[in-house]
Amino acid sequence: MAKTRSIRWSLPTLLLAASANAAAMPLNMTKGVTEISQEVYNLHMTIFWICCVIGAVVFGIMFISILLHRKARGVQPAQFHESTKIEILWTAIPVVILIGMAIPATKTLIAMEDSSAADVTVQITGSQWKWHYKYLGSDLEYFSVLATPREQITNRFEKGENYLLEVDRPLVIPTGQKVRFLMTSDDVIHSWWVPAFAVKKDANPGFINEAWTRVDEPGIYRGQCAELCGKDHAYMPVVVVAKSPEDYAAWKLAEETRIADAKAAEQELLAMNMDMSELMANGERTYIAYCAACHQPNGGGLPGIFPALAGSNLILNDKTAHIDIILNGKAGTSMQAFGRQLSLKELASVVTYTRNAWGNDTGDAVQAADVYKVQQGEGE
Amino acid sequence: MTVVITEPNDHEHHEHEHHDHKPGGIKRWLYTTNHKDIGTMYLVFALIMFFIGGAMAMVIRLELFQPGMQFVDPHFFNQMTTVHGLIMVFGAVMPAFTGLANWMIPMMIGAPDMALPRMNNWSFWILPFAFLILLLSLFMPGGGPSFGWTFYAPLSTTYSGDSTALFVFSVHIMGISSIMGAINVIVTIWNMRAPGMTWMKMPLFVWTWFITAFLLIMVMPVLAGVVTMVLTDKYFGTSFFDAAGGGDPVLFQHIFWFFGHPEVYIMILPAFGIVSAIIPTFARKRLFGYASMVYATASIAILSFLVWAHHMFTTGMPVFATLFFMYATMLIAVPTGVKVFNWVATMWRGAMTFEVPMMFALAFIVLFTIGGFSGLMLAITPADFQYHDTYFVVAHFHYVLVTGAVFSIVAAVYYWLPKWTGNMYDETLGQWHFWCSLISVNLLFFPMHFVGLAGMPRRIPDYALQFADFNAFISIGGFLFGLSQLIFVWVLIKCARGGVKATDQVWEGAEGLEWEVPSPAPYHTFETPPVIK
Repeated sequence: MAKTRSIRWSLPTLLLAASANAAAMPLNMTKGVTEISQEVYNLHMTIFWICCVIGAVVFGIMFISILLHRKARGVQPAQFHESTKIEILWTAIPVVILIGMAIPATKTLIAMEDSSAADVTVQITGSQWKWHYKYLGSDLEYFSVLATPREQITNRFEKGENYLLEVDRPLVIPTGQKVRFLMTSDDVIHSWWVPAFAVKKDANPGFINEAWTRVDEPGIYRGQCAELCGKDHAYMPVVVVAKSPEDYAAWKLAEETRIADAKAAEQELLAMNMDMSELMANGERTYIAYCAACHQPNGGGLPGIFPALAGSNLILNDKTAHIDIILNGKAGTSMQAFGRQLSLKELASVVTYTRNAWGNDTGDAVQAADVYKVQQGEGE
Repeated sequence: MTVVITEPNDHEHHEHEHHDHKPGGIKRWLYTTNHKDIGTMYLVFALIMFFIGGAMAMVIRLELFQPGMQFVDPHFFNQMTTVHGLIMVFGAVMPAFTGLANWMIPMMIGAPDMALPRMNNWSFWILPFAFLILLLSLFMPGGGPSFGWTFYAPLSTTYSGDSTALFVFSVHIMGISSIMGAINVIVTIWNMRAPGMTWMKMPLFVWTWFITAFLLIMVMPVLAGVVTMVLTDKYFGTSFFDAAGGGDPVLFQHIFWFFGHPEVYIMILPAFGIVSAIIPTFARKRLFGYASMVYATASIAILSFLVWAHHMFTTGMPVFATLFFMYATMLIAVPTGVKVFNWVATMWRGAMTFEVPMMFALAFIVLFTIGGFSGLMLAITPADFQYHDTYFVVAHFHYVLVTGAVFSIVAAVYYWLPKWTGNMYDETLGQWHFWCSLISVNLLFFPMHFVGLAGMPRRIPDYALQFADFNAFISIGGFLFGLSQLIFVWVLIKCARGGVKATDQVWEGAEGLEWEVPSPAPYHTFETPPVIK
């Protein structure tokens, strides 16, 4: 963006830009698009104004004192130094203010925690560094990963409008219905946050948390993971698309059909052989999207945390174990089970790619059928 | 204070000065059991750590100057945020307060030294090793700790690098050092007050440190426990925090914050004591509501054990637990408010002058209160769901820790520096330091409120474009604040090397035993206890 570039080069431009473009960033909490988020906003503004009034009074008295009661004006210090009455007074008044504040906060909190009688339930699973959405009562489930190209992050391409706030497949929910979210995690703690809904809930591994929302306006709502979850914490955005119930139903039907078709296509794929160049090209794409964050684009890994794939013993000497670790992950490490995240075609390609890139010259072309065999427990 | 020394013992001092027997050179500092030497070492150590932790903050702000990744990779960025936090909390703020306690508490209560001088030496000298271990871990394969200073499991257990073992060991040493320091403070205050120095005559700095020391003794073992659980979960197959083995990752947060919340009061109660010493001196008027200040400090300390889960509102606690922690947290605002009101009442109808310690103390009151306001906002649970883990929280705790704790420490150094060195610091340079710090620190931290409200999460090395302008602005504030602290070093060196000779009382309105001894304070003070009426 031109704006960003001007900042890079010129400090005065920056200072001007900071004021001129201030409208680009809201200066206050969003009112959001739900009844709850509006209530939260009202609570925020109430407590904010209470603080402003108290601040104005206390700092006001303090500054008057600084102006009037200075030695330079030749004043003599007074001798008073205690008053039980006044101590009781300025203990009691804040207590009353706080009780006044606690009552609406309690009401809103209890409403926020009531996730009963939901129309739609989505299970949200965080993992390093993507979200997985599963519509309960349906076969519909998919991963949602960052769609911003690496080149934008490394400043080789110009950054897009929704830089770091865009995903390949957003969560879709119907408007006007109560949607319940069940949050959990496959690895570390993540936190699913959409400011426009005032929903932020931790996804704890091994436990399920609940939250809910009812969105009235169709639209695209963006958020991010809010709990530090490792290296690419900044790169797991949340995008939710709210559609009218009719559009939502149509979308859901189309997705379910697509998933069924893809499953059928996988069966056909088992009989097919892809050639090496196709496997390698596909594999590199998949590798960059799913593996390179940890194992690095050059397969070198990060010593001490993410093992190198180039020259890896496991890859070079044990094909079945290689396929198995990609399918099922490795317990107790960051290595995820990609069996349910990637298609057979992608899996076969990425296995082939990692067996042949960066000097791993095994010459193996691994086909979908080979991966399928390991998946079914019939390894060579 | 109605302290009157009936038998000034200056005469005896001068006799004793000839019998110091302090070894020269490095041995003096290695073997010393003198509270003043140890206090100096703590303070110098804290200053060095402040600059190392500050350099890491500069790396963070440099990377955040623009969206996209420019200077460091995300993994190293996480190491910087983690180690910056650990160093500033355990290496800068806490040792600085311990240094002030060492220097001032014996002189304020009329004691010749700390009660346990050899332990005092030990508690300081293990500290540099703790931080050496922590800093060296950054050079391990896989880098240093990268899970945030709060080291939430399982990011710090199953998913961490092998530097975790060094991190745990280092935190253990810091904990032992703090516990020993706290024991020393309690024993000294309890047993070594001069005749007539009754509990309710003690200066507030002594009171606040006394209460802080109890907090330390109660919570540092909890920290030691939780890091040990992290260690055994990672290396010895336990599953305290792993659901697969019957544990619970949220249990980690409960234990950590049971330590962590009192810890924030450990870093602010002594600051209250410092401000309660400085404001009356420069207002030339007795502290308003001394007794209520003592009770407010004790109330804050007790309440600090009942609010830990306000750091965990999004973890999915039962609604009644959430409500309890919300109410308890809001309640803390009451005694904290009492303190601020008392300081303002102390100023009211005083005869104020505005030397550097007073300026920092006044800035403390305003800016700490702003941090208190955002703290009150964070207590409102439904709103906290929007604030939690955003830059709003970063703004909040930097207001209470930088313009709160750090400003109070700087104020204390300016206030007592003439007593320590015997020379007045350069007032003009000091004022420059104050104004540069005041302006830059607000450029640095105030816009963070807006960035947080607009939705920028904390602990991210890269961000959406809407946050770009504000982050560039914040970074410039950060660099300016970093540079401003070089003026401080200049003032300190200049003052240590010479300057206008300070009088014994130093400040016109200063009252208390530390101002009765000569400036610079002799190596041994109050070998014969003064009698206070």
